[in-house]
Amino acid sequence: MKRTLLTGLVVIVALAIVPLLVVDVFYQRVAALVLLGAISASAWNLVGGYAGQVSVGHAMFFGAGAYASLLVYTQLGWPPVAGMPLGIGASLVLATVIGMPTFRLHGHYFSMATIAAAELVRILVSNWPLLGAAVGLMGPAVPRSTADLQFNDPRIYYWIFLTVLSALLLLTSIMQHSRMGYYLRAINGSERAARSLGVPVRRFKLYALLLSASFTSIAGSLYSLMVGFADPDSVLGVLISVKMVIMTALGGAGTLFGPLIGAAILIPLEEGTNAAFGGSGTGITYVVYGAVVMLIARFLPGGLSDLLRKRRSRAA
Amino acid sequence: MILLQVIVSGLLIGAVYALFSSGLTLIWGMMNVVNFAHGDFVMLGMYVAFFAFTLLGIGPVLSVPLAAIVLGLLGAVTYFALIKHVMRGPMLAQILSTFGLALLLRYGAFWAFSANFVTLPDTLVGGTLVFGGLRIEAARLLAGLVALLLTLGMHLMLTRTALGSRLLAVSEDRSAAMLVGIRPDPMQALAWAMAGASTGIAGALIAMFFYISPTVGEGLTLIAFVTVSLGGFGSVPGALLAGLLIGVVQALSAFWIGAVYQDAVIYALFLLVLWIRPQGLLGRA
Repeated sequence: MKRTLLTGLVVIVALAIVPLLVVDVFYQRVAALVLLGAISASAWNLVGGYAGQVSVGHAMFFGAGAYASLLVYTQLGWPPVAGMPLGIGASLVLATVIGMPTFRLHGHYFSMATIAAAELVRILVSNWPLLGAAVGLMGPAVPRSTADLQFNDPRIYYWIFLTVLSALLLLTSIMQHSRMGYYLRAINGSERAARSLGVPVRRFKLYALLLSASFTSIAGSLYSLMVGFADPDSVLGVLISVKMVIMTALGGAGTLFGPLIGAAILIPLEEGTNAAFGGSGTGITYVVYGAVVMLIARFLPGGLSDLLRKRRSRAA
Repeated sequence: MILLQVIVSGLLIGAVYALFSSGLTLIWGMMNVVNFAHGDFVMLGMYVAFFAFTLLGIGPVLSVPLAAIVLGLLGAVTYFALIKHVMRGPMLAQILSTFGLALLLRYGAFWAFSANFVTLPDTLVGGTLVFGGLRIEAARLLAGLVALLLTLGMHLMLTRTALGSRLLAVSEDRSAAMLVGIRPDPMQALAWAMAGASTGIAGALIAMFFYISPTVGEGLTLIAFVTVSLGGFGSVPGALLAGLLIGVVQALSAFWIGAVYQDAVIYALFLLVLWIRPQGLLGRA
């Protein structure tokens, strides 16, 4: 535990310094997006990596957070960040309503159920005038006060995201070493065996999902702060869910820093390909994603963390 | 009368759903692996039919078998290159493998064919047939009937032929099948090839009247999942029944609630089925 804390501290300090070294605004923004991706992926990791419940519908929680923030702004005139608790609340409700029946399912069925649930949410939101229907919602165009958290400098967002990420990773680390962590790992290994040992499987899967949904919602709210806009495709689309899964899987599902590693590789890759190929290359980023995912699944299911661990144990 | 019209068109498209879902149910029942790229296979089938016409001037009589062969090969290749190796591994790897394939195919199609919708000309299988008060497009009727026949054919093949028995044996109990001398590997590959072929045929059939675009895969994959879940994993007659039902539900939803919600109803139905009767109508528990 101590070693993890030390590593974590070093990582966070290193990350905190990064924006001071990067001068170009574009790259600063990419860095902020990397951290945002890391937050979403780390949140997903709680239920998908540690508990082994591969949800491909986490976009609904992300979208809940994004929409909630913009909703309190458009309807009540509040600063978007005040919508964060609303987003978390909505996500918890969604997670319970969907998690309760679907956790009876195993493996593929659960994944499919989460996709269907997320798509259902997306279709409903796309046709709901209060939430802007297909057009979406916009945040403050000009900040009315600091509380609106609209900054021109991406570095401020970077440091806000870094704080949230650090809190999440600390929480994950504490969870990992707690009874919940052992229960989740047992469930991941074999549900049947865990149940026969007296692990309250359904309950802890739900806890993991609730925790995961809350933080994914927070990530969504943070996204809407920085981007200032949300529509069904950008925050509720299946690609959002898929990206979370891929980032975590690439870095190593069920590891503390795996999602961060995955985000640090995939998001610059995505921004880079988008910038390099422009409109005609719209497909290419995801073709690369697809190829990367297939390669990981086939040759390195444990992700890059696995590779690093194997190196270390071989050297020892 | 209009209601009957809606139901009939629902049944016709439902038969096509049944066709490509029966391939999926075969794979699933056999290997407990889900093909998240299934809908994208159908999408490729549609493009095969499209290019067969635009580049070679071939109509459905030849493009349907062509699509069957192309996608059948893709299915077999997918099995040997990917599925065979991840089948016994961690769940995350299994899910990611076909998901990655879906992304690759979908966005590869985006890149290669552009996001523009394309269609085949109405004259290819043209005309509207009138039965009493019902108006049915010839293309949809053809697709529905061919799909129905092929799905029944698949069921007969599985239950009445020696090869079918071998496939079902591996599906029911892999170890027992090995004990009686059936090698599971070629059977599994065959299942994937058959599933691929069924998607190719389905795609080529609906290309006659659907919009063709790289995005159709996503929705079709979910429809396949719903159909297979409702019908029961591993059950082709279940897939047929469920496919027809789903087609009708979809058509009625579009008619009563509005076309934008037709998929939402299906997904809600899916969650309901998973909740209440996960083994489906005709599946093994």
